[in-house]
Amino acid sequence: MKELLLGNAAIARGAYEAGVRVATAYPGTPSTEITEIISGYGEIYSEWSPNEKVAFEAALGASVAGVRAMVCMKHVGLNVAADPLFTASYTGVGGGLLVVVADDPGMFSSQNEQDTRYIARAAHLPVLEPSNSAEAKEYVRLAFEISESYDTPVILRTTTRLAHGQSVTEIGERVERAVIPYVKNPAKYVMMPANAKNRHIVVEKRMNDLQKACDGGGVQKEIDYSKLNSITYNDRKTGILCSGIVYQYVKEALPNASVFKLGMAYPLPIERIREFAKNVENLIVIEELEPFFEEQLKINGIECRGKELFSRQGELSVNIIKEALLGVKAVAPDNALPGRPPVLCAGCPHRGVFYVLSKLKMTVCGDIGCYTLGALAPLSAVDTVVCMGAGIGMAHGFSKALPDKKNTVAVIGDSTFIHSGITGLIDCVYNKGNTTVLILDNSTTGMTGHQNHPATGKTIKEEETVKLDLETLCKACGVTSVVTVAADDLAGIEKAVKEETARAGVSVIIARKPCELILKTSRKPYRITEACKKCKACLKIGCPAIQSIDNRIEIKAEMCVGCGLCEKLCAFGAIKGE
Amino acid sequence: MNILIVGVGGQGTLLASRILGNLAPILGLEVKLNEVHGMAQRGGSVVTHVKMADKVYSPVIAEGDADAVLAFEVLEGYRYRHFLKKGGIMVVNTQEILPMPVITGAAEYPKDLAKHLREECGAITVDALAAANEIGNARTVNTVILGCFARIAGIACADLEKALEQSVKPKLLEVNKTALKKGYSL
Repeated sequence: MKELLLGNAAIARGAYEAGVRVATAYPGTPSTEITEIISGYGEIYSEWSPNEKVAFEAALGASVAGVRAMVCMKHVGLNVAADPLFTASYTGVGGGLLVVVADDPGMFSSQNEQDTRYIARAAHLPVLEPSNSAEAKEYVRLAFEISESYDTPVILRTTTRLAHGQSVTEIGERVERAVIPYVKNPAKYVMMPANAKNRHIVVEKRMNDLQKACDGGGVQKEIDYSKLNSITYNDRKTGILCSGIVYQYVKEALPNASVFKLGMAYPLPIERIREFAKNVENLIVIEELEPFFEEQLKINGIECRGKELFSRQGELSVNIIKEALLGVKAVAPDNALPGRPPVLCAGCPHRGVFYVLSKLKMTVCGDIGCYTLGALAPLSAVDTVVCMGAGIGMAHGFSKALPDKKNTVAVIGDSTFIHSGITGLIDCVYNKGNTTVLILDNSTTGMTGHQNHPATGKTIKEEETVKLDLETLCKACGVTSVVTVAADDLAGIEKAVKEETARAGVSVIIARKPCELILKTSRKPYRITEACKKCKACLKIGCPAIQSIDNRIEIKAEMCVGCGLCEKLCAFGAIKGE
Repeated sequence: MNILIVGVGGQGTLLASRILGNLAPILGLEVKLNEVHGMAQRGGSVVTHVKMADKVYSPVIAEGDADAVLAFEVLEGYRYRHFLKKGGIMVVNTQEILPMPVITGAAEYPKDLAKHLREECGAITVDALAAANEIGNARTVNTVILGCFARIAGIACADLEKALEQSVKPKLLEVNKTALKKGYSL
């Protein structure tokens, strides 16, 4: 049976069919849907872990215990999971271990454009890179074969266009796999220096073996490498080397070119590429982000062109390829139009908090999530955003560098706090900091589309579980002043921020109200009455439902959810609910 | 056929592309879709690509290569007009949703966009929000536009209805069917 599947859905299906027993993840665009979909398969244990490091370790544990396991994350999540990743390369696996990492060229929903292939090479791990949904499913199966044949974790790298693209995929049946009996093996799994020295030798041999096998030599181990790396000869004037979604762009932009398609992005079949290079007049490497292939070709003395023609920044496209190689200029976009950046939703519980912080002219060390949008005008409340959990550590650094500056706060969401804010908070307390931390608790992982986390008290399958109590946790970290305020209580928030920043020591303010998209309140929309003096105070909160048209303030009824925040800001009582 | 769907996050471009994705096999064509999830969904400018043909490679429509542009909001239609092929179909909802830079006064919402699009691109402009409100559900703007597009593109309403049935939850089927027909009649 064929189905139109999202790349992420195809990966989930591939895991199901490959007999995966354990799947773990922390949500991160563009990888989130994989584990969401897997949670619907009864045969697979799945979980949202608190962060990618824990998720990786849980999957590694399951693999060592003898079952097929996988862990999914976005590219920056791999940084969090890098510690176990690098050493799991040494231990190898029990049952197959697949690490799915989604890169985001063009930064649709990310803070940087890092290229996972470099991390894979640094960790000495093979990387597969599918170019459509059908391949994504097939490569999951191949990844597990490689993982078990070569005793290694395998990375499946996707990019946003693959993860969030849909194409037709053949659906198959699940093949159950017997649990590989666990045998204690400290030489393989206890990575103290004496053992790790021996394993490092194994790692190098493994990657050499795999490279030789891809090149058609060495021990083949019954893996169909032709499904991964394939060559199509057409016009031999131009030969293109590419992988992943870029292959699809190349096929459309240059239908007559000869193409070397890499399904395995690392290690490279260098000798086969050398032969391909000899058979074409000009070898051009087309790859998104870094010159990963190009550098390896050049190190191996294979002449080619790559980044002199294409940028390291952003995505590639059919038109970019046509322009670079055929000189065909594409129609330019109209950049003179007003942009449309994302905004906090109408009724978002974070809005009032940022309004207060902006009004009090606080320096705000922000974090990753919906509330990153508090940085945008007119709230413009956020000073820094770097990575998950960074806000707390950075606010602590501010307070140590500038002890007299009392108006620095950290702002972090509930899910992000659990992900990697807790250790920052402990640092503040332990090192006698003076930081005030605001936890914006909207009781979900918002930006990635509402996933449960330890403080929601529900598992990925919506089963009841022990609910992490944030107040108790903060107190246990040694925070003496923990204040909880309703996120829509503007006066309460203002009072708490003033008091807690004035207080010596570390404070936590928990601003709590569930995400509006979960609450879906059906209150009547508010409206502006004739008492309006056009002072525009209500426009300062950046609510997408309130607009000023021809000097007339208006609340768009189809967008207003009736949260009433604007009413609190109107000094003239001109905003009315029903 | 390459169809670009543009709008504002939350307007239901994903549902519209899912319906077209399910229409492709009914028409006997291969299809690829490309969507935007995550941050842009929060009221940002969103673009969804639908490509149907005997063989589809890139899932992303190139500038100047869209046979149709469906715009759920007029400024977004204007922003992406360079994707439309010469002589392609453009259906535009005349609804204006002010972006934050306009709300804050940092930018001005351009005037007469619908008129420009009619003259420059031969766009069909419709008040899909009014039509959706008429049938009692403001959230069906997406299906109204699809219906309107189907008529112009010569797609049988029954085929689109079949695709709709595979794309929405049963409880939302009736209202969307009504919206589709409403759009078809505009």
